[in-house]
Amino acid sequence: MLVDDFDPLKGQMLQILDREGNVNKELEPNIDAEMLVRAYKAMMLTRIGDEKAVRLQRQGRMGAYPPSKGQEASQIGPAMALDKDDWTVWAFREMGALLWRGVPLWQQYLYWMGNEEGSNYAEGVNVTPSVVPVGSQVPHAVGIAYAMKYRKEKSAVLCFFGDGATSEGDFHEALNFSGVLRTPNIFVCQNNQYAISLPRERQTAARSLAQKAVAYGIPGIQVDGNDVLALYAAAVEAAARARSGGGPTLIESYTYRLGDHTTSDDATRYRKEQELTYWEARDPIARFRTYLKERKLWDDGKEQAYRTAAEAEVEEAVKKAESFPPPTIEDAFRFTYQTMSVNLKEQIEFLRRDLSGKGDG
Amino acid sequence: MAEMTVMNMVSAINLALREEMERDQRVIVLGEDVGLDGGVFRVTEGLYDRFGASRVIDTPLAESAIVGASIGMAINGLRPVAEVQFMGFMYPALNQLISHAARMRNRSRGRLSVPMVVRAPYGAGVKALEHHSESTEALFCQIPGLTVVVPSTPLEVKGLLTSSIRDPDPVIFLEPTRSYRLLKEEVPDGEYLVPLRKARMVQDGKDVTVIGWGAMLPLIQKAVEDAKAEGISVEVLDLRTLSPLDWEKVIGSVRKTGRAVVVQEAPRTCGLAAEIAARIGESALLSLKAPVERVTAPDITVPLPKGENYYYISPARILNGIRRVMSF
Repeated sequence: MLVDDFDPLKGQMLQILDREGNVNKELEPNIDAEMLVRAYKAMMLTRIGDEKAVRLQRQGRMGAYPPSKGQEASQIGPAMALDKDDWTVWAFREMGALLWRGVPLWQQYLYWMGNEEGSNYAEGVNVTPSVVPVGSQVPHAVGIAYAMKYRKEKSAVLCFFGDGATSEGDFHEALNFSGVLRTPNIFVCQNNQYAISLPRERQTAARSLAQKAVAYGIPGIQVDGNDVLALYAAAVEAAARARSGGGPTLIESYTYRLGDHTTSDDATRYRKEQELTYWEARDPIARFRTYLKERKLWDDGKEQAYRTAAEAEVEEAVKKAESFPPPTIEDAFRFTYQTMSVNLKEQIEFLRRDLSGKGDG
Repeated sequence: MAEMTVMNMVSAINLALREEMERDQRVIVLGEDVGLDGGVFRVTEGLYDRFGASRVIDTPLAESAIVGASIGMAINGLRPVAEVQFMGFMYPALNQLISHAARMRNRSRGRLSVPMVVRAPYGAGVKALEHHSESTEALFCQIPGLTVVVPSTPLEVKGLLTSSIRDPDPVIFLEPTRSYRLLKEEVPDGEYLVPLRKARMVQDGKDVTVIGWGAMLPLIQKAVEDAKAEGISVEVLDLRTLSPLDWEKVIGSVRKTGRAVVVQEAPRTCGLAAEIAARIGESALLSLKAPVERVTAPDITVPLPKGENYYYISPARILNGIRRVMSF
């Protein structure tokens, strides 16, 4: 098992595709061609859709947005290991994983444009809404997984969080719970090296984040977070463990955020140019493209054609999100409780009068 | 015909939990020491033997995860009833309650909901250690999306807890520790529901309305007897659900009597009594014959037992409040 072969306490990290796109044949996962191409397209769409979101914010058409650039493999690799009934619990920088799990781009844009309907995912899409307070979603993933275990379902819960979250109490409480209750969880820590400005070394004195698993008595593995094949392989193994009653796994996805923390942030205040150059040379999309070309699954013609198609898809998504009707007064009130309280009904009427200029009695 | 048994509040809570767990496989009890030990107050006694470790979960000592995992369970189809051992230990879980339990329905536009109950013993008057006497219920009343329920008697607790477990939204269920074994009354087995969001008229009267909840009720009733001896007719309301509150009943009663005394165990400033007084001012001003009187604890930390009498409300203090509104 990969978790036995790559010991985080020894500083070992799983990598299958190196930065040039060379594959380690011994570890290469068996993924069918259709899925490989689909994964590549999803990563491309994430990159293009993400860059578009940043531009929309700059143009005043979107609120603050947390860019995913550089973390496409880290998001899509683990998501590829899921089955239909599995759940995904995310934080706020997981555009790629959401696309893979059935949350379309237009709906993600709608959320970042400031409409709760952007979190009203389609029926059957087992994805929780974005969680902003860092790490606080991790206990939810444990509870969702417990319900699966209780009903003896063979499903699993993929839960994303960042390096900063590992310092939060909820991370500790949740992983400890999960270890004790042996819930079917796949915890993926997207270690993108910074929690806003705080570098990973200042977040913990531990050598890796994966090694924190040891204290919870669960398997942990550090994975090259820009290597989609490695992430997939680690997640498939974790999912199999979860489904067979073997309990949770902690996967540290060692990656890098090429963009700012959010569009309100300026990463040049705390990061050096050379560091960015180093990580740009390790781009997850470039190395995956090389691999697919080697396998004759992709070429420059397909690249050009897909880029054009993806850009059109992104424009369509923007149009759809921007033309979505704004919420009504009732929309702001009606999901507070399943049944609206008398108090809230009175407040709607009061507010309606007040806003219409008839609030003087 | 339901069989009636005389029991205290602890037994009535236990009965409600047992019957709901029997009725609905989705109901799960979790918390610290709730299983093998039956809870530090023995509230969950026998449930572990009856329903097993997968339905009565002895959790690690982690309040945020108890509540956070309950949120996840509720999202994914279970009906968790979480116990926080004392209200004073709820604060590590506030982020989960405020940031998630209360908002999941709104955040997801009704796609996800959190039908969860978080139970906690609360309140002073039991000569306990620090952090075992809190009554910070107003914190939760400030949060849209939470329902805050405080039972006052064994019969009430059975019906209110059953309704809370069946409610589609998160309920903070605060059990007055002082009342746990103080009162006994007949409680029926089988289906017995008390609706949420409806106050209870404990006693009809015409001169003054006294409003309270939880452990204040027996103290109010003692004060009311003394007031009666002075020729004052008191109407008593037990709020039961503190949020969303049954304003119709409160305002209706005060319009009738023209006087209101709100009895709140918690410190004075920004307590629920302040909201009630404001609301009466908005909706019943012209009926008022005196300012709304608040009988509350002072704005101090709950003293340890030797000093508790400076904090805890007595029937005499409630009677003083009644006299003040009568003589205004």
